[in-house]
Formats: sequence, structure tokens, C-alpha cells
Amino acid sequence: MSPRIGVVTFPGSLDDTDAQRAVRAAGCEPVPLWHGDADLRGVDAVVLPGGFSYGDYLRAGAIARFAPVMRLVIDAARGGLPVLGICNGFQVLCEAHLLPGALIRNAGRRFVCSDRWLRVERADTAWTMSYAPGAEILIPIKNIDGGYVADPRSLDAIEAEGRVVFRYIRGNPNGSARDIAGVTNETGTVVGLMPHPEHAIDPLTGPSSDGLGIFTSVLHKLVAA
Amino acid sequence: MIDSVSRAIDTPDEPLPYADLGVSKEEYERIGEILGRRPTSSELAMYSVMWSEHCSYKSSKVHLRQFAQKAPKNERMLVGMGENAGVVEVGNGVAVTFKIESHNHPSYVEPYQGAATGVGGIVRDILTMGARPIAVLDPLRFGPADAPDTARVLPGVVAGVGGYGNCLGLPTIGGELVFDPCYAGNPLVNVLCVGVLPTDGVKYAKASGVGNIVLLFGARTGGDGIGGASVLASATFEDTGKPAKRPSVQVGDPFTEKVLIECCLEIFKEDLVVGIQDLGAAGISCATTELASAGEGGMRVNLDTVPLRDETLAPEEILMSESQERMCAVVEPAKLDRFLEICAKWGVTATAIGEVTDTGRLEISWRGESIVDVPPRTVAHDGPVYDRPMRRPTDLTTLNADYPDRLPRPTDLRETLLRMVSGPNLAAKSWVTDQYDRYVQGNTVLAQPADSGLIRLDEETGLGVAVAADGNGRYCRLDPYFGTQLALVEAYRNVAATGAMPVAVTDCLNFGSPEDPEVMWQFAESVRGLADACLQLGTPVTGGNVSFYNQTGSTPINPTPVIGVLGIIADVATRTTAAFADGARILLLGETRDEFGGSEWAWTMHGHLGGRPPRVDLERERLLAELLVAGAEQGLLQAAHDLSDGGLAQALVESCLAGNVGARITPPGDPFVALFSESAGRAVVAVTDDRFERLCAERGLPVTELGLATGTTLEIDGAFDVPLDELRAAHEATLPALFD
Repeated sequence: MSPRIGVVTFPGSLDDTDAQRAVRAAGCEPVPLWHGDADLRGVDAVVLPGGFSYGDYLRAGAIARFAPVMRLVIDAARGGLPVLGICNGFQVLCEAHLLPGALIRNAGRRFVCSDRWLRVERADTAWTMSYAPGAEILIPIKNIDGGYVADPRSLDAIEAEGRVVFRYIRGNPNGSARDIAGVTNETGTVVGLMPHPEHAIDPLTGPSSDGLGIFTSVLHKLVAA
Repeated sequence: MIDSVSRAIDTPDEPLPYADLGVSKEEYERIGEILGRRPTSSELAMYSVMWSEHCSYKSSKVHLRQFAQKAPKNERMLVGMGENAGVVEVGNGVAVTFKIESHNHPSYVEPYQGAATGVGGIVRDILTMGARPIAVLDPLRFGPADAPDTARVLPGVVAGVGGYGNCLGLPTIGGELVFDPCYAGNPLVNVLCVGVLPTDGVKYAKASGVGNIVLLFGARTGGDGIGGASVLASATFEDTGKPAKRPSVQVGDPFTEKVLIECCLEIFKEDLVVGIQDLGAAGISCATTELASAGEGGMRVNLDTVPLRDETLAPEEILMSESQERMCAVVEPAKLDRFLEICAKWGVTATAIGEVTDTGRLEISWRGESIVDVPPRTVAHDGPVYDRPMRRPTDLTTLNADYPDRLPRPTDLRETLLRMVSGPNLAAKSWVTDQYDRYVQGNTVLAQPADSGLIRLDEETGLGVAVAADGNGRYCRLDPYFGTQLALVEAYRNVAATGAMPVAVTDCLNFGSPEDPEVMWQFAESVRGLADACLQLGTPVTGGNVSFYNQTGSTPINPTPVIGVLGIIADVATRTTAAFADGARILLLGETRDEFGGSEWAWTMHGHLGGRPPRVDLERERLLAELLVAGAEQGLLQAAHDLSDGGLAQALVESCLAGNVGARITPPGDPFVALFSESAGRAVVAVTDDRFERLCAERGLPVTELGLATGTTLEIDGAFDVPLDELRAAHEATLPALFD
């Protein structure tokens, strides 16, 4: 039986069906989860998709972090459940303190949609083990609050602990500190990134198929486990 | 004091400020005749807004009838003109609805909210048909690129389109960006939306079934977007201490709209509504009168039940409020609980405000008194119709005689090319389009700067639709009949260039004041041109929008009909892109004449507008489109790109930059004419064998071999060469330099 990957829909989630499509393309079974759910339905991993949860009128991800389903996700993540946060999902994971740092308004103060090159800095997390270390991948970004920040000591610590998973190369689109595009937790099970791998699973509808590796990574991790 | 129906009967001579609401004396008297008494202030509010030009099409109706009279037979049309949007069957049980709307004036006053609510409004029109909105295009026009006010308006409009569309999860897949002094005091912000629905899932704005419940759901009603109604309230009512100034431009909340969309789609899926109407212009006035007149003809509404954002609102204001993100549904009592359950799931406020009756009257009560009692049809459909006087513009003969032949032709074609491709109208638009999400929903196969946006509808079969929207105010100024046809054929060609066959049309007719006979003539000629061309091309006009009074002072904009064309592609995997690939042979399809009237060259290099626009040959356009589609289907085309503004030079630059490859080109005939003429009915294609040329020869389409895609330089044989890097820098630097 293929692994079951939960994809959470908050009111205002936008890329939830796209994340489900990517999960399916990787050979996993997508399981829709609703923000008000009190049950993770036995999923083997969770994806928090992109969008503007609850409108993001306060601070991106600040309200979603308190959704009923998030209590379960946070507990499960602490227990080792693989969790991926894409864009708004990354913001939610930072708000929930499952990942270090925070996301602020882009340096250009504008929404940016563009195809960006990333370097895979860690190829041993639950969500990146399909890549070769140092692989360069082309993935779209589309956000207005994508600037990754943390205080200098935290950044040094994140770097020292090797928790930077993806780094922008050939240009930094949003002023992210140290070109950081994605980070992981201490155990490599929780990963968050601003770029959208679910929009790079087929060259017909995206700039590449480089994003599929994120979803096949978790498949391999779960099948091996 | 409430101006109730009984009070109106008792005080027949009480004056109402109808003129301040834009109602003429004749119109006011006609309302009196319909009702057999003076209207109440609430009734006057409803008539005034529903009989406005914007809602009633009173000046355009007599002309727009041609779209029905001249409509080509088309078995794909499921819903034609008259509903919220037309519906076209695309196959496999799937239908598509699409329409274009304007939000020009609000966007000038408040660029961000004006543009944002423009997106919100057209998206609700599409949703109302029963469809999931799947894509947006935004044709935009501003004053001179370097004008100070453009720096105020443009960034706000772009951020507003993006801010709303991105937050709804709608990919923006195309549009236009045009600068011209005629739009300096009146930008054009048009938005086209496309939606998809099952062929048996079309919803109608109709209140049928006596006893069925009328519900208002979505956002609460506030004091925004009321405009003239406040005049009424202050004239008839004591000061209630409410804020003196309210925004006349509505304020959008895309999050509320996003949950409203998902809520509606779930409701549609379970077939829980008898009829549905969105609340846009004229708010509750429009929704209740349109629903009632399309159904059993009667409706009773208790206005006290309407959830308000501001408890001080007068009934006239509630009736006219254009607060966004609201819908009105008619639901059978047995389905009410489930309807409310779905609304609760999405956190959407839903309130029963009335019921369907068979009295033939719309009866609205407020604080226990009857304030409206009207035949709804007289409000929604039987408004005044004007056949306004028309006159060919007195300066047109002079303008048409002023051919660009007298302009000095360039000796340095290299310099001309660089100035053209870096001019604001032809420069790369990514400063704008990078602020729009083009990927969301995961079905975008092509987006700007592609010739048309292309969306996959069915992941199994690859069935998809292409949409393009084009306009050309300069051509239309010189000749509104043929200028409008040129806008149509450009969009038609753009759709075909990506491999989709054009099937249907929507239009946004942006003009000056209909009270100006010269503008009215332009409008009539434009509509006649579009109707004639659509009949000949077999692409019916399915719906659209008229925007009058686009002018600065008494100077109207150039007549600017923006035409949207929808095409169908059986398998999106066969689509053609504009990007040249190394080693491909480059061909020019169609014929080039010395045509510079209204051209980008005459405008950019000489500030000249005169002569006549390029010749239109509709049969040639159809042949070209059929061959581009056949070429895509049979896999004969490596690339294809439409020729329009800026001519062959612009197309070559764009295709080279998109493919990141140079080209060696031998221009046929006079190199200047070959490169910059804007003759219609042309495209460039790239091929890797001669099968496509043979197909063109069989069908009689002229083909000229231009050269080869190769290297890193665009070389024009015998004239000049430009390295790609230099071209790219020139093409891409302009907008960031202006607006960053």
C-alpha cells in the first residue's frame, strides 16, 4: 500500500489541490485534511500547502498555527512525523516554532512570481533524500512574505547545525538572509521552504520537473521505514 | 421618518432629488407613470441605479442587438448574451464560461481597491454561472509611461489585480499593457475571467418556485460604493451622525471571496439552489429585481434582516450599497438546512431575507413599513432605451488623409529596432506580470508573455482552452469599424498561434461619453465591425461589457474595444510556444504591405497618428488560424508567434529572447517595411522540415522563408546585427527603470 500523505486545507489555502496532485504524481496517496479536523486520519506524513490561510491579514501563518488540526500536526511532528511546509505552510511551521526563523515582506515590497534556481544543501532529510547533495533545481516562487530572517546568532547556529536545506543561487529574489530558501528541524523530518515544488512536477505546467524529488523523497523514506 | 409607499401616496408633490441621482426629468416622470404615484425614496434609489448607463445599457442597447442578430450558428453555445456570462461547450461534458469587465473609473480614484474589486466583480459573475473560476487576464491602459500620475496609478492597479487574484488562487495568464496620453486622466482596467463547469451544471439568475427562500450570503452590507444614494438619504432623512464622507470605491476582501467561491461550489455540487445572482453594481437592487423578473415575477423582502456592517445605514443605502463579496440565492425550503450547513462549514454568513411570490411585485419592507412595491421587470429590464445622435468625427477626414508616408524613414535600422523594443509599449512586461501568480491550480500550460494563455481542463485527455485579449485604440481612432476587427483578429490569431481553434468572443467596449455624437458614431461603427467580423469568422459574441464616459474633461479616450477570444485545444501537450530553437528554419506566413497608419513605429518614433489602419482580410485570418492549429496538431511547428504591434521585428526579438537563440534573417523586399509594417494576417513560425510549407501551399497561404534560428545574435542580412544580450537588456530594462 502506498504511503498516505495528508494535505491540510485551511480557509484561504490555494495550492492544496496542487500539493495533492504532486503527492499522487510521486506515487503516494493524498489524504485531504480540514483545518477543523480533530484527527490526522492515520496519515504517514503531512503537507501544509501554500496560500493565504485565514487571509493572512494579521501575520502570515499566525492564525493557522492555532487551527485545531495544527495541534495534532505539531504533536505528531515532535514525535517524528514528516511534515513539509510550502510557502504559507513554511510560514505556519515557523509560527508554530517547529522551524527556526520567520518570514517577512519581500525586500522589493511586492509579490514575486518567478522561476528560481536553488541548491539542495541537505540531501538527507525526509523531504530531500531523492536529490544528490548540491543538486541545482529550478522551482517557482510566488509570495509577498518570503524574506527569511533570524537574528545573526540564530543564523550562525542554523548554518553550523546544517539546517539550511535549500539556498537561492543566481540571485536572491526577496532579500532572504544568507539566501536561505528552506530549512529543517534538528531531526530532518520537518522541512519548510518558500519555493513551490508542487508547481515543478511536469514541464508542461511548470518550469521543470525538479520539484517531484521532494515528494518521492518522503515516499522512499516511508517505504524504507 | 420613513418614506413609505403610503407616505408617497399621501405626499404626491414632495420633491425628490432625482437629478442628483442622474435621473432625467423624463425618466422620473416615467417612473411615476409605471407606479401610478411618485416613487418612494427607496424606489427612486433602485430605479436610478438600475436605469443608469452602467446597469441598463440604455445608450448601447440598440447597437448591441446586432450581436444577437448577426450571431453565427454555433452548436457549442450553451448560454448566449444576456446572462451573467456566456457558456461554451468544449467537450467531454465540460463547458467554459468567460467574460470581460471594466473597472476604469474606480481604478483612477483608488488604484489598488479599484483594480482589486474589478477582479472580484468579474470572478463573481463567472461563479454565478455555476463555474469554478480558473484564470484571469488583465488588459491595462495608462497615460504616458513617464507621467507622474502614471507612477501613482500603475503600481497600485498592478498590485490590486495581483493582491486580489493571487489571494483567490487564480492564475493571471495574460493581458495587455499599453501607454497612451489619451488614458492619462482615465486609465482602462479591464479584467477577463474564465471559469469551468459541467455542461449540465449551468446556474441561472432566476427566482422561481413560490415560497422558496431568498438568501443573502457572504460579506455584510456596508456603506462602501454607495455613490449617489447618500444624496437621497441626506435629503429625506435627519442627520444620523454617520461619517460624512464614505469611500465611493468599494473595498475588497479577497479572503472572504475565496471562501465564498469554495462555499458556492460545494452548494452547486449538491444542487441546492434554484437560482443565484452575485451582488455587483447596484447591489441588492440589482440582485432582487433581476432574480424576480426572471422567475415567477414576485418577491417579498424584509430589509431589516440584511446583516449590516454599519447599523446607521438608511434603507436607500442598503439597497444601493456595492459592498463586495456578497451573493443572493433562491433555495427550496427543504434544502435550506443543508445550504446553511455548508455556509457554516466555510464560515460564511447566510441570512434569509425574503421569499418568492407570484404577485408580480417586488415588495420590500423596512421597520414594518412597505418602502418598495414595484413590478421588478420595470426596474431590471424596462429601463429607457436611447438611440442617441451620431456624427462622424469632423477631424476624421483630415486624420485619415495624414498618411505616415510623409514621415522620414530611418536610415539606421539597428537604432530603430532598439528604440522600438525598449519603448514602453513594446518592452518586456515582466515587471508587471511577475507580480501575478501564474502557476496556482497547476493547470497553466502557457501564460504571458505567450501569445495566449492556455489552461488544461482535463488531466486525462489534455483538453484545454486558450484565451487572449487585445485592443488597439489608435487603429480604432482612425477607423472604428476596421480597428475593432483588427483587435478581434489579433486576439483570434494569438489563440491560433498557440494551437487552439478560436470559438467564441467577449468584448469590453471602452468609449467616451455617449452624449457626444462623435463618440456615439465610433461606438456604433465599432459594434457593427465586431458583429460583422464575428459572423464571418463563426465566433459569436457571448457577452461583455460597455464602459462609457471614459474621458478627461471633454476629451474622450481613443475608442478602445478590447476583444477577448476563447479557443479550444484537444490536447494541451500539442501547444506551440513562441520560443525559437537552435537550428529551426524561420518562415513568415501571410503578406506584408507598406502599412504604417496607426503603427507603433509611427507613434514611438514620430508621435504620429494618421492615415488608415492595416487592411483586414477575415478569410485570410481564418485560413492562417486553421493552418496554425493544423500545424500544432500534426506536430509540424517548432514555434509560432503572431505579428501585430511592432511588426516582424518585435516578433523576431521576442521569439529569439524566449528561446535564448539568435537568428539569421533575410528580410524580403524593403527591410524597413519588412521589419516594422503592421500588416494583419501574419505570423512567424519555425519548422524543422518542409511538411508545414507543403500544407500551406496546398491551402494557398503565402509563405516566405526568412532564415535560420542560430547563434547568439539577431542578424538582419545586409542591414545590421544585435547580440542577444544587448537586445535583452534593451527590452527588459524599461519598466523597472520607470517604476522601481
